[in-house]
Amino acid sequence: MSASPGGPKITVLDYGAGNVRSAVRALEHVGAQVTLSGSTEDIREADGLFVPGVGAYQAVMDALRSSGALRHIGYRIAGGRPVMGVCVGHQVMFEAGVEHGVRTEGLGEWPGVVEKLHADVVPHMGWNTVTPPEGSRLFQGIEDERFYFVHSYGVLKWDFDVTQPLMVPPQVTWAKHGEPFIAAVENGPLTAVQFHPEKSGEAGAQLLRNWMETF
Amino acid sequence: MPVAIRVIPCLDVDHGRVVKGVNFEGLRDAGDPVELAARYGREGADELTFLDVTASSGDRETVYDVVRRTADQVFIPLTVGGGVRAVADVDRLLRAGADKASINTAAVVRPEVINEITERFGSQVLTLSLDAKRSEKALPSGFEVTVKGGREGTGIDAVQWAQEAARRGVGEILLNSIDADGTKDGFDLEMIRAVRRAVNVPLIASGGAGTPEHFAPAVHAGADAVLAASVFHFGPDDMISRVKAAMRAAGCEVR
Repeated sequence: MSASPGGPKITVLDYGAGNVRSAVRALEHVGAQVTLSGSTEDIREADGLFVPGVGAYQAVMDALRSSGALRHIGYRIAGGRPVMGVCVGHQVMFEAGVEHGVRTEGLGEWPGVVEKLHADVVPHMGWNTVTPPEGSRLFQGIEDERFYFVHSYGVLKWDFDVTQPLMVPPQVTWAKHGEPFIAAVENGPLTAVQFHPEKSGEAGAQLLRNWMETF
Repeated sequence: MPVAIRVIPCLDVDHGRVVKGVNFEGLRDAGDPVELAARYGREGADELTFLDVTASSGDRETVYDVVRRTADQVFIPLTVGGGVRAVADVDRLLRAGADKASINTAAVVRPEVINEITERFGSQVLTLSLDAKRSEKALPSGFEVTVKGGREGTGIDAVQWAQEAARRGVGEILLNSIDADGTKDGFDLEMIRAVRRAVNVPLIASGGAGTPEHFAPAVHAGADAVLAASVFHFGPDDMISRVKAAMRAAGCEVR
């Protein structure tokens, strides 16, 4: 993907979730035409929707729901239109999150509960390696790079039912901090990453290019 | 492989300019923090810290502009400290493009501000900057929290303060040894061990680095990240690579 004005149109979802400036700039840096917006039209029309998320799971879900964005994320996925969730935006794609004993329902695209990481030092903060599956498009050419993580919660188990016929199973990338946790999922139009590609230097830029190549 | 030990250059910024001076080849203007930040990013820095040392709070606008311009072109995490007193200060820094804010004196004066900031933005946005020194006073750990760049003691035990700050929600602790700072004799390993034993949030060691060989002992004492200023500003242009090579040779995981 070249840095031409004709790059793909990406909407970075604006629903009041902290700092999204770096996400906008990182996507522009790799040649996308970026709109920071929460409007239905911008969510629907974009070639790709980037869903950021920082802070508490419940706060992110409340904000997604009250802004109306939740429904439209669902419509995009159902319609086969690319969506990428990042950090808490990755976590909310799973069934539920449990923080401070409070369980919050997520989008439920995949089974699995977001829980506190089991490690000596939490938050998990810094550059870590990942283990992508064979044939991953998202990590193509950057399989051995490190990415920047900052989180205290994660999905530690993958219970997807792969016995269903006619279904291509999602591709799961793992990382380890204390115990293994899910670093990324590639599932048709829906991609989610626990780390921050927009803060992962050149490796992160390449991952964003790889994502845009799937459009 | 575990998470890599972060190597973090720290830039003191006054009225939008890097102070303490730097002397790098290939920089048009060594006093421009944005240019220097981009340079460190290319050299392999894992994260960057700006410390706004501007004395008058009336001139904070320049630091927001520096943060904005840096975040526009440097795609690694950026922490900004200096003058952070309340939720609103953190909000403005995040909006400008910072990933984390560090807080020092304001948290000592009013610890509740840690809860207020982290309940709003999450633990990961707040770093406690802790300036500590050995003290004659009767303190459990023997280390005292200081303010005003180490010139003023507070009578507070540094290890207990680290524990309290972690309990209140800070996402990591930047431990700066006032005794070691500026000596170039190496990090204060005893202080790092004492704080490491007491908290389980990430620990950044600071103060005393003079050579690439000084960094690994801080990691072995329990640091998750290492921060330095002059060793990078005045060292050879490839100092970050040299530091990482020395750390790797000593068995540390680095990027």
